Amino acid sequence: MFWRMVKGAFLRQKGKMLMIAFTIALGASLAAAMLNVMLDVGDKVNQELKTYGANINVLPKGASLLDDLYGVGEGSGVSDQYLKESELGNMKTIFWAHNIVDFTPYLNAKVKLAAQDSEVKLVGTWFSHHLDLPTGESLDTGMESMKSWWDVSGQWLADQDENSAMVGSLVAGRNNIQVGDTITLESGERTKKLTVKGIFNAGSDEDEQIYVPLPTAQELADRAGLVSSVEVSALTTPDNELARRAAQNPNSLSIKEQETWYCTAYVSSICYQIEEVITDAVAKPIRQVAESEGAILEKTQLLMLLITILSLVGSALGISNLVTASVMERSREIGLLKAVGARNSPITWLVLTEILITAVVGGVVGYFAGLGFAQIIGHSVFGSAIDIKPMVIPLVAVLVALVTLAGSIPSIRLLLSLRPAEVLHGR
Amino acid sequence: MNLLELQDISKIYGNVKALQNIDLTVRQGEWLAIMGPSGSGKTTMMNIIGCMDKPSNGAVILDGTNISKESAKSLTGIRRDKIGLIFQQFHLISYLTALENVMVAQYYHSMPDEKEALQALERVGLGDRARHLPSQLSGGEQQRVCIARALINYPMLILADEPTGNLDEANEGIVLDIFKQLHKDGSTIVVVTHDPEVAEEAQRTVVLEHGRIARIVENEK
Repeated sequence: MFWRMVKGAFLRQKGKMLMIAFTIALGASLAAAMLNVMLDVGDKVNQELKTYGANINVLPKGASLLDDLYGVGEGSGVSDQYLKESELGNMKTIFWAHNIVDFTPYLNAKVKLAAQDSEVKLVGTWFSHHLDLPTGESLDTGMESMKSWWDVSGQWLADQDENSAMVGSLVAGRNNIQVGDTITLESGERTKKLTVKGIFNAGSDEDEQIYVPLPTAQELADRAGLVSSVEVSALTTPDNELARRAAQNPNSLSIKEQETWYCTAYVSSICYQIEEVITDAVAKPIRQVAESEGAILEKTQLLMLLITILSLVGSALGISNLVTASVMERSREIGLLKAVGARNSPITWLVLTEILITAVVGGVVGYFAGLGFAQIIGHSVFGSAIDIKPMVIPLVAVLVALVTLAGSIPSIRLLLSLRPAEVLHGR
Repeated sequence: MNLLELQDISKIYGNVKALQNIDLTVRQGEWLAIMGPSGSGKTTMMNIIGCMDKPSNGAVILDGTNISKESAKSLTGIRRDKIGLIFQQFHLISYLTALENVMVAQYYHSMPDEKEALQALERVGLGDRARHLPSQLSGGEQQRVCIARALINYPMLILADEPTGNLDEANEGIVLDIFKQLHKDGSTIVVVTHDPEVAEEAQRTVVLEHGRIARIVENEK
């Protein structure tokens, strides 16, 4: 009998039930889309921000100390400590190896351009370096992908261009150097002739520098197999209180907190793990970048959360109006049921069952529509698909149930207040 | 033996005195008619007798129990177990068949029994119309479904509000014949009506005017 009445109510109120289902579907679709985007936006925003450079700087311990004390950390000429080039591949063996997107080493040296008195900073680096990792995997990394905003006239160097150089725009301008010219670099007794393959404009003090393949710089500086620093671009989780405490002193954490911290991609956790695999290295987050990432991410997620909440509140109000209108329309029927002896609870269950069935239909339709919306957002904002998170399904189900029940409260109150004498006899 | 006693009943809505100092008894097996012009308090009296409203003053004794102070929940139970309601507007659920409309009363009373519901419809001459929706039935047939629904739980008191008010002469006759049969079978019936011909079928007629009993007429039939 109960289900006959539910079925009858659906058939009789098709239009209204469709409207309720549509309202629920709208709320569910926005919730599903926003939750999927919100859970995936961290990676997406991180990937976007990775195009603006590294967020971790790895230095030898001595250079790091000088940097902390005096604000200088330039390696050669300041500190005689170096990192071993052969250990750099180890960074791709840490727990968060997959979050290390790119890295490139730098070997700094002071050189003289022939016929010039003043020194110029020479930087040896990887441009697009193929690396075979200890894990058996391989990786292509280097400057070209980490400095994507550089404006290069001419060409980027390749790692095998050991007799070529890229010259900063300010150095080139001062010395009237053009692409294709040959420059002679002097470092102590050593000299090397290099062909200028590209002139770059970085918009920073890098424009005062000359970049060469790492082996060339190692040869000129007589530092074979050594590097001054490494810049790392890593996908990180925004810092929270735990990460901030760990960054100050990992030993201050309890064992459980340490496990949580170590197994979360906080920038401090990744730095710690890098230090574990590179001898005498100090990995430091480039704070402005790391904090900007965190701030942007938090604000983006907050915005999505607000949109989700507002859409659900809107749905609840819509449901409330529609269900109340439905109960008012059925007031005579409800009054009759009370007149023939139905208590409030069975009638409430009857109405709630109808609404919840409608909510399930609306919720399912809304969830799949939400997946579509998420992909549209992913492609239009981030240029890539949004990963579908299964955990969104129970979240949306709970939210739809709560919103539906909350939206039904006014109608249930109305239903409980209906008196058969009033609705059947007008008194 | 009295099934129903109204003792000094009054009902006041704000400044309006709908009923004033009503004293009335209904014997078991009696057929009583309540008559009066519009605004005389007929519907208010029916609501109080039918446990759909409570008096402002006085006591309602139904089957030996004072129900005038009972809670709304308790009155629902009394209505379900002891009273069968018949309405002028029929009040059938439009998306349920005649049979299902009768079974609704069973469902909220105890348990739906299709066979018994069908027998109730046969009793009012609608066995062949059991699977029809209210919109497929005439006014008289709808009223008979309403009567079958009122009878299905074997109530002590059948309370009918203008049961023939919306019917033509032929259907009025059919409904009155059912009432006569019910009375003959021992049912207690209270009919609120403005139709003297319907009232004459009852054993007694209570005439209300301005919320008071103006007179009680013993009918000769």
